[in-house]
Amino acid sequence: MTPALAGVLSVLCVVVILVVIHVPLGSWIHRVFTSEHHTRAERAVYRLVGVDPDGEQRWTTYAVSVLAFSGASILLLFGFLLGQGFLPWSQGRSMNVDTALNTAVSFVTNTNWQSYAGEAGTGYLVQAAGLTVQNFLSAAVGLAVAIAVVRALARQDSDRIGNFWVDVTRGTLRILLPLAVLAAVALVAGGVVQNLIEPTTITTIGGGQQVLQGGLVASQESIKELGTNGGGFFNANSAHPFENPNGWTNLLEVVLLLAISSALPYTYGLMVKDRRQGFALAGAMGVLMVGAMALLTWSEVAGGSLEGKEQRFGTAWSAIFASATTGTSTGAVSAMHESLQPLSGGVALLNMMLGELSPGGVGTGLYSMLVMVVLTVFIAGLMVGRTPELLGKTIGRREVTLVSLALLITPTLVLVGTGIALVNPVSLDAMSTAGPHGLSEMLYAFTSAANNNGSAFAGLSADQPFLNLALATCMLLGRFVPIVAVLAFAGGVARQGRRPATAGTMPTSTASFAGFLVVIILIVAGLTYFPSLALGSIAEALS
Amino acid sequence: MVWRQLLASLRFLVVMTVLLGLAYPAAVTLAAQAFGSRAAGSLLTDADGRVVGSALLGQAFGPEWFQGRPSASAYSGETSGGTNLSPASSDQADARAQRKADLVAANPEAIGPVPEDALTASASGLDPHISVAYALWQVPRVARERGVDAGALRNLVAAATEPAPLDFLGQDSVNVTRLNFSLAGGVQR
Repeated sequence: MTPALAGVLSVLCVVVILVVIHVPLGSWIHRVFTSEHHTRAERAVYRLVGVDPDGEQRWTTYAVSVLAFSGASILLLFGFLLGQGFLPWSQGRSMNVDTALNTAVSFVTNTNWQSYAGEAGTGYLVQAAGLTVQNFLSAAVGLAVAIAVVRALARQDSDRIGNFWVDVTRGTLRILLPLAVLAAVALVAGGVVQNLIEPTTITTIGGGQQVLQGGLVASQESIKELGTNGGGFFNANSAHPFENPNGWTNLLEVVLLLAISSALPYTYGLMVKDRRQGFALAGAMGVLMVGAMALLTWSEVAGGSLEGKEQRFGTAWSAIFASATTGTSTGAVSAMHESLQPLSGGVALLNMMLGELSPGGVGTGLYSMLVMVVLTVFIAGLMVGRTPELLGKTIGRREVTLVSLALLITPTLVLVGTGIALVNPVSLDAMSTAGPHGLSEMLYAFTSAANNNGSAFAGLSADQPFLNLALATCMLLGRFVPIVAVLAFAGGVARQGRRPATAGTMPTSTASFAGFLVVIILIVAGLTYFPSLALGSIAEALS
Repeated sequence: MVWRQLLASLRFLVVMTVLLGLAYPAAVTLAAQAFGSRAAGSLLTDADGRVVGSALLGQAFGPEWFQGRPSASAYSGETSGGTNLSPASSDQADARAQRKADLVAANPEAIGPVPEDALTASASGLDPHISVAYALWQVPRVARERGVDAGALRNLVAAATEPAPLDFLGQDSVNVTRLNFSLAGGVQR
């Protein structure tokens, strides 16, 4: 089989699998969040936590719950990372204070940027009981926020948008945990390690020395992909043979990291009782995802370089993984992104710059896409002179203001952050190279942090106090400003009634609307980021 | 309101740490036992029962063995990762030229061009695989160094070749660690 044919087949294979699973998975997620029934395990959790599962919250309380929970998570994980030396199974590993703070923020915001190397910074216990836990919970928080926003759009004349504790508990126990168990067992069957064996120095076949690592890898790997987290057990992440040993595990990991985000538009359609609304979003996400994946795969297969790639995956699957991981805010890597072709590196950057919505992170992808839908409705309304409406909800000044806030915070963080880092001698020292590629290295770091992706041009020596704190700030604001904004938006639309659709209503479920949505997404990202891409990846590709 | 939510958060975190951080990994570890040696890292043991490596990880080998790809971490196992060189950079061009010169000098009897995977460092630094072309390219050197028949070596290469799943989920690769293990007389179970 020629590499080109294999590349086409590979992209098709991923798309077909997603098309097949998104309906059952999306329906299941819909059932989970609309069910009136609490399971016995969930009732036990609510009793232990001390919350009333049947009392719904206003958007303000919902937002306070998200912020309080995430704040408590950061503090606890920060303490855990600093104190791991006092606990068993730390393997003598430790972190600096600024590295630990960066890591705690990173895992709680679903970014999973890693300025430490897994083999050196984190022992087995903190990986399992600290990082794995946040892999679940940060994904569940994103999912909860998305569901609350959709619920608000589906409601009218209500001042409540749901109960955060119920949403986060159900997302964890009924969706993430069962899928993660199945995926972890499948990964072990494929060769991913899962043990508590201490790192051991052995004499190799040729008489040399090598350290064999152990760890609870499979249980972390499955939720790392499924929850669009991306923090590797090892420094080489999903390129490490113990995390991703062969073509089968690689396919499973790619599907896992795309699965939930691809299914959520279908859930959205079911919740607003108009499945075509969901298909329009899925179509827009699909066009962006397949476009980026095809471009990146073509670029790598044509380039042919295996630098920073694993032989067992080859160019096409390294490219597909790179596209999937940057389009979903996952940030796991099966090839070193800094060694991608200049054009491919630019596509990976652009995938993140679109705002992580093709199809984006678990939950975050859906609400980021809804932000763009509101903006598109507003712009289209201005163009044709109609009152902008979405699902019978008027898009007024409050809605547009909140959506703009959610939309503008990430580019602000990326561009201002990169700018400051490029004039600061301390962070300039961290760069592995100069010129356009050096610019891309720094731009990639801030884009990855502010969009909560977590992948890196890993030549950057990011483990220094300035970059650790600057990137942690980007991760925090890039996560929670949009969350508060979309929850405030949800509170407003839930209170509204629903205008009946008339002949003058612009439909938001047609192919032409989906096409216009894609155009708006590309224009917004293009206008914002074209200059920085031109000076970095584009300049490098043309030189 | 904030204090009540913070208190609920802390309790929720304790419950979830027990469930997701301890019970879940423990359950997966128990289930993993059903897959025998895989959960432990697909270890290879010699005739004396000593562990000599993992079938999943590459190792550094001298000229009398088949050799893996260039590694940014020299196959140490204590670190992993790549060179992070851009394929468009002059550093990468220099590195490729150096690797090529070294390989050609060490393999004077090799036939054909040096394969791509021999000139590029892997992503993990622990890649156990090389292309079939690179394995066959090394056969004359290994045959000379060990004083064995090239045909027998080619049979060993064929036995250590792992085809791409479904023909397109990756690419056909030779597992160098398994190949050298059988070269050393090891028997895989």
